[in-house]
Amino acid sequence: MAVAHQHHETPKAGTPPPFWTIARRDSLAGFLFIAPQLIGIITFVLVPLGLVFWYSLHEWNVLANTFTFTGSQNYRMVLEDTNLLEVLGATTIFSVGLVVLNLSLALLLAVLLNQKLAGIAVFRALFFSPVVVSLVAWTIVWGFLLQKNGGINGMLLMVGIEGPNWLREDVTAMISVIVVQVFKNVGLNMILFLAALQGVPKELYEAARIDGAPAFKQFRRITLPLISPTILLTSIITIVGSLQVFAQIAVLTQGGPGLSTTVLVYYLYQQAFQFDYFGYGSTLSILLFVIVAVLTFAQWQMRKRIVFYEN
Amino acid sequence: MKTDLSPRLRVALYGLMCVLLIPFVFPTWWMVTSSIKPISDIFAFPPQLIPQNYDWTTYSKVFELQPFVQQYWNSAYIAAVVTIGTMVVSSMAGYAFARIRFPYADTIFMIVLLGLLIPSEVTIVPLFQMFLKAGMVNTHWPLILVPIFGAPSVFVTFVMRQFFVTLPAELEEAARVDGLGRFKIFRKIALPLAKPALASVAIFTFLHSWNLFLEPIVFLSSADKFTLPQALTQYTDAYGGPMWNIQLAAATLTALPVLIVFIIAQKQFVEGLAHTGLKG
Repeated sequence: MAVAHQHHETPKAGTPPPFWTIARRDSLAGFLFIAPQLIGIITFVLVPLGLVFWYSLHEWNVLANTFTFTGSQNYRMVLEDTNLLEVLGATTIFSVGLVVLNLSLALLLAVLLNQKLAGIAVFRALFFSPVVVSLVAWTIVWGFLLQKNGGINGMLLMVGIEGPNWLREDVTAMISVIVVQVFKNVGLNMILFLAALQGVPKELYEAARIDGAPAFKQFRRITLPLISPTILLTSIITIVGSLQVFAQIAVLTQGGPGLSTTVLVYYLYQQAFQFDYFGYGSTLSILLFVIVAVLTFAQWQMRKRIVFYEN
Repeated sequence: MKTDLSPRLRVALYGLMCVLLIPFVFPTWWMVTSSIKPISDIFAFPPQLIPQNYDWTTYSKVFELQPFVQQYWNSAYIAAVVTIGTMVVSSMAGYAFARIRFPYADTIFMIVLLGLLIPSEVTIVPLFQMFLKAGMVNTHWPLILVPIFGAPSVFVTFVMRQFFVTLPAELEEAARVDGLGRFKIFRKIALPLAKPALASVAIFTFLHSWNLFLEPIVFLSSADKFTLPQALTQYTDAYGGPMWNIQLAAATLTALPVLIVFIIAQKQFVEGLAHTGLKG
């Protein structure tokens, strides 16, 4: 980057035009500016992506130190792996549950925070606060609360309800990991929705009120269409984020009971780093990549149909 | 929707918000208060919302059982280096993509954006092998290099580009007439204007690094190299069960400093996020 700006002496009369024209200097500067990022993407994203595909075509025995080309064998294993079916089921339930709960709660909170009430900034900060609490700390305290004799069951018992062993039963374990993640991060979407709500022109509501439209109808006909770009954006971020959830599962349930909370990333981690099946782990990585790519692509396609307008 | 609310509706809204707040606020309260209860009280029934007895020795155990100060330092310095490094790499790249015309700029931008599409979990297996070959496993290099240059920084580059695109061209024209080179224009004119955007992406870059969990447990194997999230889960008894009071004390020490910074600067946190080109 030091080279880019050393050549700004003006050309002397009679000399041929300098090699370092403004356009050339800009090109060089441009390349130098983006070089660290581009080299980084090649080294830490594109090369590994190529490698992970290459690994996925091999049987890799770490102990015997063999690396044999097996073509599509790992991919056939994907189709035959009955555990994987359960894993994909758990991943789907987790992601769908998370996105639905997260977006609806975020929208509800944003609408509440958009009211003219004294002290609303305090509420906003408090709803947002879990975002800045260390993820594993947050997960640990929820794990503690959700123990059989933990705080939540203690409080339930005070009103005469005997709570379940939340993290040790299929259904409640799944609900727990979803809920813990939603409360951790819903503040982000809440703020994005709040910004979107505040961008809706007030005159529209005035006009609707004069026409006698009830509040619910105003929300459905004015608010929702106008914030639809934000809904799309947050749903993409949230769904891709849900596929990356790892720490919460590792700390709360270790994928259990059984495979009921083993999401794809956790399964991938187990196969590659606990059982040393690097080849199969790589195949699962490719599967994760394809799922993320398809979902992102589908959601951008949906934009054309659902999103009402775009800036 | 924004009208003067009737007093009854006002009370109802406050009531609803207070109820909704419980799962957001109570866990933090429960973490801090349980960490100072004696072990015999942490599962007491009825639950003690306010500790009846105190036991501060838990906190000294946090430091006895693991090199917690070292682990704290590891997390803090890694997050700081990652934040500064990302700011440099991403603001330069974002600036170039927004303001400089150079050949293949659009193609390169698309290549860089691929990073958004490829979660780092997808590449964790080959990254581990690459760092293994480079002799960098059980060092902090993977936790520093990958976020600064790899996929996680792409989002920051994108946000910075969105910001720099909005700068008026006249600012730069004037500087060019004065004979300033590209780097000086970037450094002296564009970057100072980008301070608010930089501040909010810095916050989220820091939190991202501070919260990393999969990468540390994949790359690090010795306790003095561990980062905080990883260290917290290591306070276990002989049977692998968590030592709850010690975990909660360590979790409190991990969470409180960031929470305090947040309380002081909550406006920047919240509003920065909303204004960082993330709006739809």
